[in-house]
Amino acid sequence: MLDGFTAEVLARVQFAFTVSFHIIFPAFSIGLASFLAVLNGLWLWTRNETYHILFNYWKKIFAVAFGMGVVSGIVMSYQFGTNWSVFSDKAGPVVGPLMAYEVLSAFFLEAGFLGIMLFGRRRVGDGLHMFATGMVAFGTLMSATWILSVNSWMHTPAGFGINEVGQFVPEDWWQIVFNPSFPYRLTHMVLAAYLTTALVVGAVGARHLLRHRDDAPARKMFSMAMWMLVVVTPLQIAAGDAHGLNTLEHQPAKVMAMEGHYDSHKHGAPLILFGIPNAEEKRIDYAVEIPKLSSLILKHDLNAPLAGLDTIPDEDEPPVMIVFFSFRVMIALGFAMLGLGLWALLARLRGRLYEANWLHRAAMVMGPMGFVAVLAGWITTEVGRQPFTVYGLLRTSDSLAPIAAPAVAASLIAFIVVYFFVFGAGTFYILRMMSFKAEAHVQDDLRDAPTRAAGTTPAAEQHLGKGEGRES
Amino acid sequence: MYGFELSFIWAGIIALSVLIYVILDGFDLGVGLLFPLTKDEGERNVMMNSVAPIWDGNETWLVLGGGGLFAVFPLAYAVVMPALYMPIILMLLGLVFRGVAFEYRWRTKRWKPMWDAAFFGGSLTASLCQGIALGALVQGIEVEGRAYGGGWWDWLTPFSILTGVAVTVGYAMLGATWLNMKLEGRIQSHMRRLAWPLAVATIAFMAVVSLWTPFQNDAYFGRWFAWPTAIFSVLVPALVALAVFGLFVGLSRQWDVTPFLSALALFVLGFIGIGISFYPYIVPSSLTIVEAAAPDESLAFTLVGTLVLLPMILGYTAYAYWVFRGKIDPDEGYH
Ligand code: HDD
Ligand code: HEM
Ligand code: HEM
Repeated sequence: MLDGFTAEVLARVQFAFTVSFHIIFPAFSIGLASFLAVLNGLWLWTRNETYHILFNYWKKIFAVAFGMGVVSGIVMSYQFGTNWSVFSDKAGPVVGPLMAYEVLSAFFLEAGFLGIMLFGRRRVGDGLHMFATGMVAFGTLMSATWILSVNSWMHTPAGFGINEVGQFVPEDWWQIVFNPSFPYRLTHMVLAAYLTTALVVGAVGARHLLRHRDDAPARKMFSMAMWMLVVVTPLQIAAGDAHGLNTLEHQPAKVMAMEGHYDSHKHGAPLILFGIPNAEEKRIDYAVEIPKLSSLILKHDLNAPLAGLDTIPDEDEPPVMIVFFSFRVMIALGFAMLGLGLWALLARLRGRLYEANWLHRAAMVMGPMGFVAVLAGWITTEVGRQPFTVYGLLRTSDSLAPIAAPAVAASLIAFIVVYFFVFGAGTFYILRMMSFKAEAHVQDDLRDAPTRAAGTTPAAEQHLGKGEGRES
Repeated sequence: MYGFELSFIWAGIIALSVLIYVILDGFDLGVGLLFPLTKDEGERNVMMNSVAPIWDGNETWLVLGGGGLFAVFPLAYAVVMPALYMPIILMLLGLVFRGVAFEYRWRTKRWKPMWDAAFFGGSLTASLCQGIALGALVQGIEVEGRAYGGGWWDWLTPFSILTGVAVTVGYAMLGATWLNMKLEGRIQSHMRRLAWPLAVATIAFMAVVSLWTPFQNDAYFGRWFAWPTAIFSVLVPALVALAVFGLFVGLSRQWDVTPFLSALALFVLGFIGIGISFYPYIVPSSLTIVEAAAPDESLAFTLVGTLVLLPMILGYTAYAYWVFRGKIDPDEGYH
């Protein structure tokens, strides 16, 4: 069924598929790890049992999501070699060390302390357990920092030279790590992870509130999530705007595709709200536009001229259609999140945060939207970078490994089948865990009681947990 | 300038992380391999619990092996990964199945047998593929210019199949001795009994592979019989004999720790043997350590942090093992 595709297209599809699956888990586990650290800290500080209940509740969900993140991530770290070996040879001296630092300073930290965080509270005591929980959260943020530095360098390469065999060689590490788009991308992604998590937590809280108004843990999580939303969404919109200006400076062709500007505008470019890119005719059909607004946003001047894709050679143009739509999806969701946050704030001021059924329903609908926005954002970023892997310097078609198309096709099919099966099951288990109420388990403490031996497991916890022994 | 030493230091660090990976994930893959040998729920639970808090850390050494290779020997990474395309992809898929089984099997009753099978099947696939990848490397990899020059089935030979089975049996032995150390009661004696044939088979495979390896490549021959490496030709077998002795004495006296440590020692020695055969190549007979190394700036930059972080990692990893030390309490594991 994949006959007729070149190895290049197949390898791109495979990379896009596996990384898109992977990012779903970090987007959730980065936020959740921090949330867990906060919950644990609040519990130790206030000794309010609700925090403890919430910690144990989200901990189990975290364990499953994190496991999926780990296994899908290990695949990623080998895919550079298997599918993009020429890229690896050429860019390895620059991006390889950053990824090595990611392993050393982030992955080991997460993995080393995860066991203690999940299974070890009674073994090490509250203090060290808090430390371990903090280290896991810190590890996820370190991981995001390094990998986004790598990714940003591929978008806005800096601090390098090129040697006689065509490899990028590092010249200034500071410039490489803190390359021009990195601070923007890191901020935008970490905020995105926090928003994604807040939306999920909020949706779970809302779901239980719709059934049990007085459920204390549900109230607490809903309230925390809505605070998070109303504070972080405006920051995210501001960060996104700044990110866009940065992109305009370094990757103007990408912004032209995002905006749908096929033509240059000498006296103020319109903001195209909606339309359908027509690649053949190089124009936007059915465009709904606001005159001059794009120039205002991008140049802070109504009449500033803006160049369009007509100034870019055809072979260097990114595919407009995908970038144009995915960008609009992200923006629309960003404003929807803002709307939800403000609605919740209003309800809170009126003292009706826990009674507003429609708010709760809306929060449930928005629950998965963080993931959608994250994927849409990444697609904008990555497709907008095409046709290069290292922007302006190394073409995607020159990055490819010398692998025969049938081998890539076979592995692509294997990935698709396995990922949908395995991660589909995992998502199902997570959703089911979320459908149970967060409650104190008397047995939880029994199980956590000091025992003489090692190896406490989620087993006991699971089977004691009320309702969790149910058949699937 | 200082390129010579740097690339060799790095070859040492990469070799060390691969070795740590092999012995650590070796025993927890081994636990997966032994999983179907008991049908008892309680016994399965404690088996899995014995590695649940540490498997992720163990597997991270694999990421360091791959990521480290990418960072400091990008050319070797770019050549080896396409050459071993199929075994690597299969290994990754195996690790996916086995990794998620740790959490999934507690989340469902009806599908528990499915995730138990995934735990075993994933461990088996990953072990076989790792062994096959090793064999394929030892055979040598064809390079054209700066890229892999062979076909996508080149890795599959009788020799690589042999190393695949050898590594799998060896992992099962590591797993059995680990479980002998961590468990009690019936399952412990079961594992102790199993360790005997597994150890005998591992040693037999090591012997066959060692005798066959020199015929893969003339250079290996020279290496083992030329001064000064010839010292190792005497020393390594002698130490192997010592480890075997420790293993069998430990098993027959029903000691907990000695058999496991002896089994680890066997793996370490086997690894040193392979290292001697490889040297000074990183991709046998095609790329030397020096040829494949990244520019000095990359090596130096990465080394600085590694020298600080690696001891810390070893420290907190050891701490995590210490926290979960001792026997697994079967009453604690299931209800
Ligand atoms: C913004 C964050 C982010 C992004 C863009 C990526 N990752 Fe990731 N990755 C993480 C954030 C993260 C994390 C939060 O650290 C994870 C996710 C869940 C987890 O278990 O750790 C993780 C896990 C994870 C692991 C397993 C670590 C372990 O053994 O514990 C590997 C090997 C990778 N990733 C590799 C990659 C590669 C090669 C990527 C690029 C193509 C990539 N990740 C994109
Ligand atoms: C994690 C979120 C990410 C997502 C969802 C994502 C998505 C994508 C997509 C959709 C493409 C295909 C573009 C196309 O071919 O038209 C792509 C390409 C690529 N991305 Fe990303 N990406 C992500 C992160 C990264 C990171 C962190 C790196 C590097 C460290 C990276 C490296 C690459 C490379 C090398 C390609 C080129 C291969 C290709 O063109 O398909 N990506 N990515
Ligand atoms: C509504 C205001 C928003 C604006 C103006 C905005 C702007 C942008 C821009 C311009 C890019 C492309 C950067 C590039 O050149 O590569 C981008 C990427 C991205 N966006 Fe947004 N965004 C907004 C909201 C969101 C929201 C709500 C989320 C998720 C919850 C999100 C997640 C992402 C992600 C994950 C990326 C890819 C990573 C990156 O390049 O930073 N964005 N955003």
